[in-house]
Amino acid sequence: MTSARIGASDRLFLIGTAAAVSVVPLLIVVITVIVVIAAWPAVQTHGLTLLTGVEWDVPRQQFGALPAIVGTLTSSAMALALAAPVGVCVAVFVNELAPRTIGTAVGALVDLLAAIPSVVYGLWGIFVLLPWLRETVMPLLRDTLGLGRFALFSGPAYGPSLLASGLVLAIMILPYIAAVAREVLAAVPRAQREAALALGATRWEMVRDAVLPTARAGLIGGVMLGLGRALGETMAVTMVIGNRNALPDSLFAPAYSMAALLANEFNEATGDAHVSALMAVAGVLLFVALLVNALARVLVGSVRTRHARVPG
Amino acid sequence: MSSIVSPTVLGAPSGRRERRVPGGHELANASRTAQRRQRTDRLATLLIWSGAALALLPLALIIGLLLVRGSAALSVAFFTELPDLSLPSGGGIANAIAGSALLVGIASLMGLPIGIAAGLHLATHPHTRLSRISRYLSDVLNGVPSIVIGVFAWEVFVRPVGHFSAWAGGLALAVLLVPLVARTTETVVSLVPVELTEAALALGFPRWRTSLQVVLRTALPGIVTGALVAVARIAGETAPLLFTAFGNAFWSMSPDEPIAALPLTIYAYAGSPYEGWQTLAWGGALVLLLLVAGLSVVARLATRRQLSRVGAGR
Repeated sequence: MTSARIGASDRLFLIGTAAAVSVVPLLIVVITVIVVIAAWPAVQTHGLTLLTGVEWDVPRQQFGALPAIVGTLTSSAMALALAAPVGVCVAVFVNELAPRTIGTAVGALVDLLAAIPSVVYGLWGIFVLLPWLRETVMPLLRDTLGLGRFALFSGPAYGPSLLASGLVLAIMILPYIAAVAREVLAAVPRAQREAALALGATRWEMVRDAVLPTARAGLIGGVMLGLGRALGETMAVTMVIGNRNALPDSLFAPAYSMAALLANEFNEATGDAHVSALMAVAGVLLFVALLVNALARVLVGSVRTRHARVPG
Repeated sequence: MSSIVSPTVLGAPSGRRERRVPGGHELANASRTAQRRQRTDRLATLLIWSGAALALLPLALIIGLLLVRGSAALSVAFFTELPDLSLPSGGGIANAIAGSALLVGIASLMGLPIGIAAGLHLATHPHTRLSRISRYLSDVLNGVPSIVIGVFAWEVFVRPVGHFSAWAGGLALAVLLVPLVARTTETVVSLVPVELTEAALALGFPRWRTSLQVVLRTALPGIVTGALVAVARIAGETAPLLFTAFGNAFWSMSPDEPIAALPLTIYAYAGSPYEGWQTLAWGGALVLLLLVAGLSVVARLATRRQLSRVGAGR
């Protein structure tokens, strides 16, 4: 083989693998363009009503996705409020407190939550979570604790509700938050912990004053990654949220989410206008997910690189 | 710890107080502070332990119930027959298991070569602009909701063709597969000692043969396990299949027709009023979980061993 031919085959190989790498950015561009083109007719016809309208009435060609948007945002926010503290607890437990073997085991078990398919969460939600909420939790919150005075906890206890979807989402995003939090805590230099301990800090003071502040940007990034997961989560939410296309007035009320709207209506879409409106919903979901993930990755990456070169 | 070291060091000791000789009540104050800090420490530790325990509770509940209700559904007929409402058992889900295998096969054929080649490139050319952008964007693509991928696959593959098909479902799953495999492959390949590459190049190997026969081969066990984890993840996906593979109540192995899949079957039967079909859903969920979780646990253990072996060679 002459060196010229070696050079040629090397170049060919390089071009081949570079083409494979380019597939990823290409996919993001193509997905965005295709969804936007498909949504365009609806955007032209309905404009901002797609985002702000509260009526989703297919026969009358009214496509206001606000109830679904609100449902997605509130259930995701609930999930974050529940999962973020627990996720950080898991990370602190595994990295700072637990004996090594217990820590590793707990870490692996929490990771396992991420391996359970979404539809299995939904199945469990239908048969365990919903009856439990209907018969125990909702009456307890509303009547026994007297929270029914507030609109948030009032109304009949059906089971399928914003509350149910928030709870399922919290369980589902917990492993993602915990995993990133562990990674970020592990990147905090050891010297920082030793310095705090040498100053006489208790273990909790070390965590609070020396570890968590250093890892803050990454922790926020991890929580945002969880948010990204929660926003786009489809099956489990569709199965427990109640699929009622109206603005929810209580956590106990059945509601809707953007992903559930797509899952339920896309196959039965009647006519191009309906499909295009659903594409617009998919576009909103895609846009929000891209934004949240892009930000989250920057935050997580910043912690990783900032401390990578510090001798530990 | 703080019983040895002065407890007022952390917190906000004023310089003025330190210069004075501590009187009796100040010493009492200091020991009270120390007690308070110890109590806070114990309380926080307790809270963190309970937080970790709380995280494990849903896992235990879900897996426990799946084992109980799922195993009650398992029988030979469950794996060999089609769903049949006239039977009290509901029949079986042979079509869904076979359909999932076909879908995952199609997705792997499309997605694995691209993902592995991309990962190889990311690891061997880590600092080019293309690599930096793609690495970042594959993490972002990982976060794109799978239902949006399903909508996308419908628009490019179902709408023009006019009917649902296993091809479309496989395509949607492949889009999910590429970024996952690219990142795991990159991780494993970047652990291959650079001396191996240098030795091969010094012996006169062209770069492409060095990449394939030295680097890729050394990292192969890790790449395979990484690919298994990714394939297990997409095997459990439902949302991208709703408008592409669509599901099928009958036996079909034709890639050009709508096809059944395990997650779709679980979704369809979970909301069914018939007990037989609910049983099928539980059985299907157990099979799916064993496939997905089992595969990724095995693969992860194997990868860890592989990583430590390659890492030790450095």
